[in-house]
Amino acid sequence: MRAPRALAAFWAEFSESRIAVAALAVLLVIVGLTILAPVVTPQDPYDLASLDLSDARRPPGHVGTGGYVHLLGTDAQGRDLLSAMIYGLRISLEMGMLAGAIALTIGATMGVLAAFLGGRFEALVMRIVDLQLSFPAILLALVLSALLGKGKGQLVAALVAAQYAYFARTAHGAAVAERGKDYVEAALSVPLPVRRVIFRHILPNCLPPLIVVATVQVANSIALEATLSFLGLGLPATEPSLGMLIANGFQYLLSGRYWISIYPGIALIVLIVSINVVGDQIRDQLNPRLKR
Amino acid sequence: MLGFVIQRLLQAVLVMIAMSILVFVGVYAIGNPIDVLLSPDADQRIRAETIARYGLDRPLWEQYLVFAGRLLQGDFGRSFIFGISVFDLVMSRLPATLELTLAATLGATLIGVPLGMYAGYRPNGALSKGIMAASVLGFSVPTFWIGIVLIFTFAVNLAWLPAGQRGATAALFGVEWSFLTVDGLRHLLLPALNLSLFKLALMIRLARAGTREVMLGETVRFARAAGLREGTILRRHVLKLIAIPLVTVFGLELASTLAFAVVTETIFSWPGVGKLIIDSISTLDRPVMVSYLVLVAFLFITINLIVDLSYALLDPRIRRGRG
Amino acid sequence: MSEPLLRVSGLATHFFTRAGVAKAVDGVDLSLARGRILGLVGESGSGKSVTGFSILGLVDAPGRIVGGSVRFDGTELVGLDAESLRQLRGRRIAMVFQDPMMTLNPVLTVGEQMILALRAHQRIGRTEALARGRDLLGTVGIPSPDERLRAYPHQLSGGMRQRVAIAIAMLHRPDLIIADEPTTALDVSIQGQILHEMRRLARETGVALIWITHDLAVVSNLADDIAVMYAGRIVESGPARDVLDRPRHPYTRGLLDSVPGDMPPGARLAQIPGSTPSLLHLPQGCSFRERCARAATGCATMPELIAAPGSPVAVRCHDPIGAAP
Repeated sequence: MRAPRALAAFWAEFSESRIAVAALAVLLVIVGLTILAPVVTPQDPYDLASLDLSDARRPPGHVGTGGYVHLLGTDAQGRDLLSAMIYGLRISLEMGMLAGAIALTIGATMGVLAAFLGGRFEALVMRIVDLQLSFPAILLALVLSALLGKGKGQLVAALVAAQYAYFARTAHGAAVAERGKDYVEAALSVPLPVRRVIFRHILPNCLPPLIVVATVQVANSIALEATLSFLGLGLPATEPSLGMLIANGFQYLLSGRYWISIYPGIALIVLIVSINVVGDQIRDQLNPRLKR
Repeated sequence: MLGFVIQRLLQAVLVMIAMSILVFVGVYAIGNPIDVLLSPDADQRIRAETIARYGLDRPLWEQYLVFAGRLLQGDFGRSFIFGISVFDLVMSRLPATLELTLAATLGATLIGVPLGMYAGYRPNGALSKGIMAASVLGFSVPTFWIGIVLIFTFAVNLAWLPAGQRGATAALFGVEWSFLTVDGLRHLLLPALNLSLFKLALMIRLARAGTREVMLGETVRFARAAGLREGTILRRHVLKLIAIPLVTVFGLELASTLAFAVVTETIFSWPGVGKLIIDSISTLDRPVMVSYLVLVAFLFITINLIVDLSYALLDPRIRRGRG
Repeated sequence: MSEPLLRVSGLATHFFTRAGVAKAVDGVDLSLARGRILGLVGESGSGKSVTGFSILGLVDAPGRIVGGSVRFDGTELVGLDAESLRQLRGRRIAMVFQDPMMTLNPVLTVGEQMILALRAHQRIGRTEALARGRDLLGTVGIPSPDERLRAYPHQLSGGMRQRVAIAIAMLHRPDLIIADEPTTALDVSIQGQILHEMRRLARETGVALIWITHDLAVVSNLADDIAVMYAGRIVESGPARDVLDRPRHPYTRGLLDSVPGDMPPGARLAQIPGSTPSLLHLPQGCSFRERCARAATGCATMPELIAAPGSPVAVRCHDPIGAAP
């Protein structure tokens, strides 16, 4: 089957689920908003000159000194919350996808290599992976960000360290299954270079399960990043992700200024739930056991 | 059976050694180990003394042996901030965390298993679909956010329950517990609920999947053909059949709940070890970090061991097979 | 003649799948007197098991009884409320399944499962229930029953497990036992023992049996009556001797010919050409006509299940074997 036709068939099945299509639409809107952030937001939340403390902690609908309506209110620094949220979403998405992509690369490489080299290397790698999987990811990320300090690079490193093992195990499982198949043995006996077999034959066949894990892990990365930022560990204050917005608003929650925390929280949940719904649908479609 | 136990114990010891090496490398070897042992304002003379005393000039493997030896004696060093033995400090905070974790995991199991079994028993019912939708949310929504919503709803808006702290405690076996007083229970409720929601979603999913599978099987058909009541079938046959994966997850989740307690304790100012580690991270109190990690690793391994052993008790096939 | 113990008439159970409606049972008539043994014979997919489950009201979704009647000892079972049906199951009508490894609960002891079955229908203490269980294990020929009560199913042999299942079915001294291929999963030598045991039990206790099987050889020395099922319908029924000796439906004939019997060594077994039709796409008229050597244009209409005058055998065929031309 040619790739475009396979994609079209995939989409046809995908579009049968109305919830999945809705989630995908929401996701596309969010991605679009974050890409166009400078254009669509009324205010640049990083531009300190545009902030006015007399606008601080105003409820939704307040008309600020900037002359425009703060649809979702303002935060403690007088920032327009909607603008801050769109930029926050941007940072969250960026971190989640970057961490997911790196973890995918490292994990898949480890898993496939372990499956192919076998022997002690395989035993050692998979033992480490198993051990790590029995340990909660959040704890590992927590400790690493504590040790490494704040910063985008450090945060991504912590997220990758917490998640690569899922990819490694998935890739290993798929690669072991593929390795045993006749076509691989045939290809190896020709003899084609191992590298070529891996890249041309094994990896493409490991992709479906990896894609499924990747969607789940991007959502997890985003949640993890938000949690770390909420705990004051992830990103520096100059990179206000959604988690940090929520954390900043938390202290005002008890005095009834709910919007500073609640709206960024809703944005976070909408993002995570849409990724998960899309991911669930892809998983169901790629799962041969659920096919009739 | 005895051989099985011994084999598992040996495995646990090996894993514990591996974990201690990881913690050692993580905290001592990355970065300057002297920072772990001394507060930053110590002068040169004390630094040199400490380096000599702890043998930081010796090869790494020797240092590890010294480190492991101290751990075995329960010597985790002194907290920079509190000035007391870290071991005592962690132990004084541990009951609060254990109480919270146990309450959350038990609650999740006692509520989640019946809900999940119902959803698996009537997979197409409206209530079942509602339960499953809620469990998807429980999976997706980060714990800290649920905590915020709980505080906002029950503590701020409705003012039914307190938003933080442990409340009044009473002593049992020389340890203070919240669940023994009404006020303590009121304080425990929200954080325990917060911590339990993720496990609840997990328990519901597992119980549902297990129940669905068992309900379609011949065992249930045979039980029905014998005229057993549906309730009896669910309680005696199905529950027993799905118990094995549930116990595994209960155990493993008990451990990961310990990790998530960090988040819940921070939000609800619950004075447990999770709050302690977050505080110690922000104050760079590294001896506390080390002991927390070792403790959590130890708890993990112990729980995994108990889960393995309880397998054997639950599944007669394993008990005989490996005995 | 008085009312038989069980009379099934026009029973129809359909499965409403996404691919269409599968008419697994489509108008089945059976009748069984007290203490008799009926062999219900058919290939897999003929609807014989579904017939058994339908009698007990144990059809799982997406299946549903859509018509017909099951009268058991004067009570109509189709449409009976769930609780009344439950009270009949195990107490008055019991069932034995094909594979006891699948039916017995692997994580409960034999004794525990017997207690559950007993307590489903009567208030009885554990000790007393175990005593009853022990008695019945002895009755079905299980040695050292005390030990077996404490055993888990996986610790017993296949034949032993099936005896346990039979003992559970016998616990309440039912009037009718429906046995769904109870010997198929067993070794041949064990099959004979179980058959023998069942025949003895039926004779001693006066329980009526419906023995569902694909194996005509099994029923030939067990059943009093035989009903042959094909594609959801009974195609031939009557006293065992008549049906086996002078089969009138071409399908029954085909089944009998494919049983290895007194044949010269090296002779080829006859086979019925073709395969069982899909229940979703049954041919118009007689379901067997596409595989039938005697099929004619008249077979495009569904024949009735009728007995020739003076014959005890009813057959669903326009052109039965041995009919006067």
